Amino acid sequence: MAILLDKKTKIIVQGFTGKIGSFHAEEMIKYGSNIVGGVTPGKGGQIHLGLPVFNTVKEAVKNTGSTASILFVPPAFAADSAMEAADAGIKSCVAITDGIPSHDMIKIKRYMRRYSRLEKMTLIGPNCAGVISPGKAMLGIMPGHIYKEGKVGIIGRSGTLGYEAAQQLKNLNIGISTSVGIGGDPINGSSFKDILEKFEQDKETKAVLMIGEIGGPQEVDAGRFAKENMSKPLVAYIAGLTAPKGRVMGHAGAIVSAYGESAVEKVELLKECGVIISRNPSVMGETVKLVLNGKQK
Amino acid sequence: MDIHEYQAKKILSGFGVAIPRGGIAYSPENAENKARELGGSKWVVKAQIHSGARGKAGGIIFCNSSLEVAQATDKILGKKLVTNQTGPEGKVVNRVYIEEVTSIKKELYLGLVFDRSSECIMVVASTEGGMSVEEISKKKPESIIRSKIEVAVGMQKFQAREIAFGLGIEPKLIAQTAEAIIGCYRAFSELDATMVEVNPLVISEQEQILALDCKMSFDNNALFRRNQVSELRDKSQENPSEVYASDRGLNYVSLDGNIGNIINGAGLAMASMDMIKLAGGEPANFLDVGGGATPEKIVKAFKLISMDKKVKVILVNIFAGINRCDWVAEGIVQALKKITISMPLIIRLAGTNVEKGNKILKESKINYIEANTLEDAANKAVKALHELKN
Repeated sequence: MAILLDKKTKIIVQGFTGKIGSFHAEEMIKYGSNIVGGVTPGKGGQIHLGLPVFNTVKEAVKNTGSTASILFVPPAFAADSAMEAADAGIKSCVAITDGIPSHDMIKIKRYMRRYSRLEKMTLIGPNCAGVISPGKAMLGIMPGHIYKEGKVGIIGRSGTLGYEAAQQLKNLNIGISTSVGIGGDPINGSSFKDILEKFEQDKETKAVLMIGEIGGPQEVDAGRFAKENMSKPLVAYIAGLTAPKGRVMGHAGAIVSAYGESAVEKVELLKECGVIISRNPSVMGETVKLVLNGKQK
Repeated sequence: MDIHEYQAKKILSGFGVAIPRGGIAYSPENAENKARELGGSKWVVKAQIHSGARGKAGGIIFCNSSLEVAQATDKILGKKLVTNQTGPEGKVVNRVYIEEVTSIKKELYLGLVFDRSSECIMVVASTEGGMSVEEISKKKPESIIRSKIEVAVGMQKFQAREIAFGLGIEPKLIAQTAEAIIGCYRAFSELDATMVEVNPLVISEQEQILALDCKMSFDNNALFRRNQVSELRDKSQENPSEVYASDRGLNYVSLDGNIGNIINGAGLAMASMDMIKLAGGEPANFLDVGGGATPEKIVKAFKLISMDKKVKVILVNIFAGINRCDWVAEGIVQALKKITISMPLIIRLAGTNVEKGNKILKESKINYIEANTLEDAANKAVKALHELKN
């Protein structure tokens, strides 16, 4: 099982022939992901990394049967590419691009409202490390070898902090079912709650680690969802204890502008929802271990 | 990105929002001439800095003659104003705005922001203008009107009218008020703003609806397509180290502590700062050199941190993925050949090829303290700081 992605998932790369797209396509292929081709408008018909290049996502889907895509398109054109993927029938799209304007993100989400729940594409990101189902496939830019296959789901905003968590778990011999980076932007494709719903339904996943940060309502929304709807334990760490109010901390979305958006307030609100808090970023792995051993909750 | 009041007013005026007449000045003579040009007998001299609450800091001066305008300008030009929004270092006044005085009948509040829950543009209005929105939420929460605007179709006239009626505006001024609200909305949505705040929006004795003060912020990610906005950037209003960093592709925020840090990734940077705090220390900065942590970025990061006089200890925490620890370690060694660091340096590497990376650091001649985990790194940084003090 795992969510969003497995060994068979057919993947296309949007922005395939560019330097970054090519580099990460090769890394994904090495990991075992089923990359079946790519899209670069104007380069259709060429062969790149031994795989076919198409002009449009529709053509790529028609010829390869792909259901997932990963996007390495520059910020100015990324929204257009994401909507093209949604329209072509792609089911899961990971947008790696950092720097997409917020107005464009809103536009993508409004555009996708035309699809029914069943037809609708799941957009992950932007400004994220992507998705990995360890031992099966990688649809992202993370170092695959630090992820051990197993039963814990991870959802996080940050790339390197997610790697830190994966490494801590691996050192404790704990594996991961799927790790999903939802990205650091204020308006993103999938929220923590959207991904929690998928983990709750996944038979393989036994517990979930949520790595949040300051800014926005999504971590607390996820906590409330977990309280009402989840049978699996949820562990959380919230970064940004020392972040001053009103300042953007690297990620465009990491800014405290209202009540409930600081790290301290988020932790309090999550505790009220029964979420188990990792008290510092060095013990994310140990906290998950305690939960898996039934020592907490 | 923030802009000045006079720039924001000019933008709003282009979208049909009425503003008082005024002009910008860079010297007392200049200001005096502007006052004469505007005519009338009462003016206000307003310090142009990227901050609200300027009045309390002495940055807003009312004048009854053009001579007084010159004197007021002389008094505040070149000064640093400290408000409750600037931090203790304050912000320098390089220009003043000379404006005709408006006789005010009623002050209102109007603000537009992104609402991250509904992913709409949210209009917030209140009859209690002149106070900050935080103050209004505390003292008069019942006065606040909120309206969510669906960006795909934009703001409709009825929505603007509803807000205007909600503010208790008399019928003959409804159309004028609605036009001002729609103007602010259009400026927000057409220029990729993240915040528009008109506080106060006033009804004048002459029954005009005027934007008396205005703040605007813009989405940095959208500046590539908003040349007319990015030209308005005033670096003199930003922290010099932060300008230095942003010009070199580093994500940096200056803080009050004394443990400087160099980290790859925004989340890991925040987490490392948290660990410093939990270990009993205070971070001097947030610094994300980017996920890749290239040697060039590391050199720039060391330069930046060593410019900060507060810093007594440096903590480097890099989680190397595809970029590998050995490569990152070589980058650090190279950087330290170019720049001398004479304070305690704690380095924690993690991820791909961590053993090789640590070996390279050990075999180099650099003077540093090795750390293995996030917690270990923070503890060692705080310990090094205490040893310095003793």
